Amino acid sequence: MRLVRRLRANLVVIAGVLALVYMILPNAVVLAFSFNKPKSRFNYTWNQFSTDAWQHPCGVSGMCGSLGLSLKIAVYATIAATVLGTMTAFALARYRFRGRAATNMLIFLPMAMPEVVMGASLGTLFLNMRIQFGFWTILIAHVMFCLSFVVTAVKARVMSMDPRLEQAAQDLYATPTQTFLRVTLPLAAPGIAAGALLSFALSFDDYIITSFNAGNSVTFPMFVWGSAQRGTPVQVNVIGTAMFVLAVLLVLAGQLVGGRRKARG
Amino acid sequence: MSAATQPAPAPAAAAPPPPEAVRRAAARRRRVPYLLLLAGVAWLLVFFVAPMVYQASTSVQTGTLEDGFKVTWHFATYWDALSEYWPHFVRSLVYAAVATALCLLIGYPLAYTIAFRAGRWRNLVLVLVIAPFFTSFLIRTLAWETILADQGPVVSLLNDLHVLDVTSWLRITQGHRVLATPLAVVCGLTYNFLPFMILPLYTSLERVDGRLHEAAGDLYATPLTVFRKVTFPLSMPGVVAGTLLTFIPASGDYINAELLGSTNQQMIGNVIEAQFLRVLDYPTAAALSFILMAVILAVVTVYIRRAGTEELV
Repeated sequence: MRLVRRLRANLVVIAGVLALVYMILPNAVVLAFSFNKPKSRFNYTWNQFSTDAWQHPCGVSGMCGSLGLSLKIAVYATIAATVLGTMTAFALARYRFRGRAATNMLIFLPMAMPEVVMGASLGTLFLNMRIQFGFWTILIAHVMFCLSFVVTAVKARVMSMDPRLEQAAQDLYATPTQTFLRVTLPLAAPGIAAGALLSFALSFDDYIITSFNAGNSVTFPMFVWGSAQRGTPVQVNVIGTAMFVLAVLLVLAGQLVGGRRKARG
Repeated sequence: MSAATQPAPAPAAAAPPPPEAVRRAAARRRRVPYLLLLAGVAWLLVFFVAPMVYQASTSVQTGTLEDGFKVTWHFATYWDALSEYWPHFVRSLVYAAVATALCLLIGYPLAYTIAFRAGRWRNLVLVLVIAPFFTSFLIRTLAWETILADQGPVVSLLNDLHVLDVTSWLRITQGHRVLATPLAVVCGLTYNFLPFMILPLYTSLERVDGRLHEAAGDLYATPLTVFRKVTFPLSMPGVVAGTLLTFIPASGDYINAELLGSTNQQMIGNVIEAQFLRVLDYPTAAALSFILMAVILAVVTVYIRRAGTEELV
């Protein structure tokens, strides 16, 4: 009876834990099957434990090249989108000007548009302007769809910042540059970091928009997509697992640093 | 909103500066937002708005790839596309709606747990929710092929429990399979867009003051009443944002239908992709894109009207 009562009291938590299991299950499968030695080309059924794929992560032709291309594009796209997005966010959060509502709408629209529509229309434009598909067209597309997410993340942070802190700095005779570098920017940093992180993840992971703008270039998601038809190599699971572990460590480290800074302040 | 709250530093007790300099400083400050916006807005105008306008003109073109396409105001493309592919539209909307509902159902308890019940586990659980963003979602979708495989443990269990008999009767699975059925596609969609539901839900639940629950409890509200009358209404902004962030991309998605479904589960995204990349029929692809946009816009407008929230943009 007591057990039943305790279960009933924690029904929400149980449902939450089940949801979490549902979310992590595929990651666990990816991890497990990175140690598989598949019987055929298709790594879908368990055959035999092996660490081959972990020892030769680049043992499949084309995979690590596509990984490098994806990383390069993600880094460039993140830098560009973060710089442009932060500037835009400051303008929107800190100033009233003509066209502000229209700009807000323009920022919101790409997030509310199905990717297939954005990808196809940008692809059509490039096609008709006879622009060679490849690295640059992918980069342009990625900056385009990352921008809105950066603006949203930074804007939220800037709007929650206390403007009196900057006024206080100026009362203490800080120049506008000093105020910006020593007060405004550090305060906005978590928002900018969140925007940059999100934009890296989105760019690195994008398949739909990229597929319309890549031409013959193959990014990592495109490699995985292509391999799904021919039989995905075990190495793909290795990369997937490594990415998951790296991401968790990175985010945990970030939270540790953030937590310590909070404790110190 | 605390915009434009930066008054010019007041020159205390000193003689007022010459009005000319003040006016110039004010004019300079008025230019600042436009300078800040310039690059970002230009990027979106050139690479987001212009392609949309161009796409609109493409949708009324006729021609072939060899002879080139010309604007002939051939609106019949829209009609042809709609009459040929309306089942795909219906299927996309139904799948997306079901997946969104499931996301809300699955995501709400998790967001609630993180916000109110996780205690010192909160950060870890949040990381586990965000982490899938950083693992390639294509790889994770492929993992569902393994999980739902015909001879796999999940399908065997569902078979033993006779669940698949019921779902087959409901026409969401077929025979003793889950892969290549609507159930698999919806399962994949739900899984892929779950983080987009949980994060907004969590953000709005986190803002809810826990003392409100106690107050409601003090007033003899049952836990269910507290949820119905206090927690849920206060989380509405998160519910609206989450459902939109789930529904819109899900209705345009073609990856889950391609990897987990068969030709019978193709969504409108699959058709647009095929028309654009394989058939090379750009007008039809463009027309289909615009119909999809219009349909989504209509659905979302009605939904926002009914859900009624102004905290969207």
